[in-house]
Amino acid sequence: MAKIERPLSPHLQIYKPQITMVTSITHRATGIALGVGTLLLAWWLIAVVAGPEAYATVSAFMTSWFGQIVLFGFTWSLFYHLCNGIRHLFWDMGKGFELPTMRKSGMAAIIASVVLTLLTWIIAYAIGA
Amino acid sequence: MVELTLPKNSKVGTGKTHPKPDGATNTKAFNVYRWSPDDNQNPAIDTYYVDLDTCGPMILDGLIKIKNEIDPTLTFRRSCREGICGSCAMNINGTNTLACTTGMDEVEGDINIYPLPHQPVVKDLVPDLTNFYAQYASIKPWLQAETPSPSKERLQSKEDREKLDGLYECILCACCSTSCPSYWWNSDRFLGPAILLQAYRWIIDSRDEHTGERLDNLEDPFRLYRCHTIMNCANTCPKGLNPAKAIAEIKKMMVERR
Repeated sequence: MAKIERPLSPHLQIYKPQITMVTSITHRATGIALGVGTLLLAWWLIAVVAGPEAYATVSAFMTSWFGQIVLFGFTWSLFYHLCNGIRHLFWDMGKGFELPTMRKSGMAAIIASVVLTLLTWIIAYAIGA
Repeated sequence: MVELTLPKNSKVGTGKTHPKPDGATNTKAFNVYRWSPDDNQNPAIDTYYVDLDTCGPMILDGLIKIKNEIDPTLTFRRSCREGICGSCAMNINGTNTLACTTGMDEVEGDINIYPLPHQPVVKDLVPDLTNFYAQYASIKPWLQAETPSPSKERLQSKEDREKLDGLYECILCACCSTSCPSYWWNSDRFLGPAILLQAYRWIIDSRDEHTGERLDNLEDPFRLYRCHTIMNCANTCPKGLNPAKAIAEIKKMMVERR
């Protein structure tokens, strides 16, 4: 008898998104974003050493609307990864696993990351950076 | 490996819609995943209408009614019909649960039923859980002791017995493991929430004397540490257990014994 080619049952396509699942995948996504963003930071630092012309190029990019969006995303990724990372520290101690706590801490991480990001940008613009 | 889409032979098409039963006024639609090894076709979703006025209240009642009265080829596992055997575990409206303990009135609108996610399908709603059971066997789910058996039972203090609460209730229905994205991508090496909860159940049993070996067996980048606290397991457990918490306790023990 020929071996039966069994189908794989649907997974991601049908599974209902839940806050704990979303905060988890976002943690990973922001982690990757931070990795890429750090290259941008390195480019900036290298430009500082390389001289005024190189720095002007970087500065032009950073202050363009596109650069500002990238930086904004980087800031949010940083704060989200930080806030959610604190949840991970509690979990590593075996704390905060009850489902209502999980959902609350997840919401708190999302809200805190948005608030911190906005605050950072408001302050940055206020002091004319 | 992470594969976000389904393989070609697994893509789900539209199937047959069976007519509403004659004279039924109060019906509920069941959209059910169908696949048969006999006809060389891709899986498809068939639609059935269940007459609620002549049916029991649970989703399993609906499935049994469909099989009895509309389509005898519909295949699913069921046994105890009271949430203790774990046979009728399936994906109902996006989360894994037992069809026998989920009421039809808990679902608004149509009821969408798939087999447990990311498993090879034997037929319709029956997944092949061979790997799951092999993983269960790998943790040696029985009492291991060197001291000779006492003439009666091995005693345990009340406090030690309490440590098994929230663990011994697991019925191995596989709802949690098949809800876990880490298990979807790494089920060849990651043991998954159900098996790790069971492993912990033996690790903290005061009567078991092989705790060290049990921990050694889990000291592996994949077997234990693919758990990233995604929490789908605890969210979906039909018995209200928390496998993620049990896994965290094992991770803690790993650190503490160094």
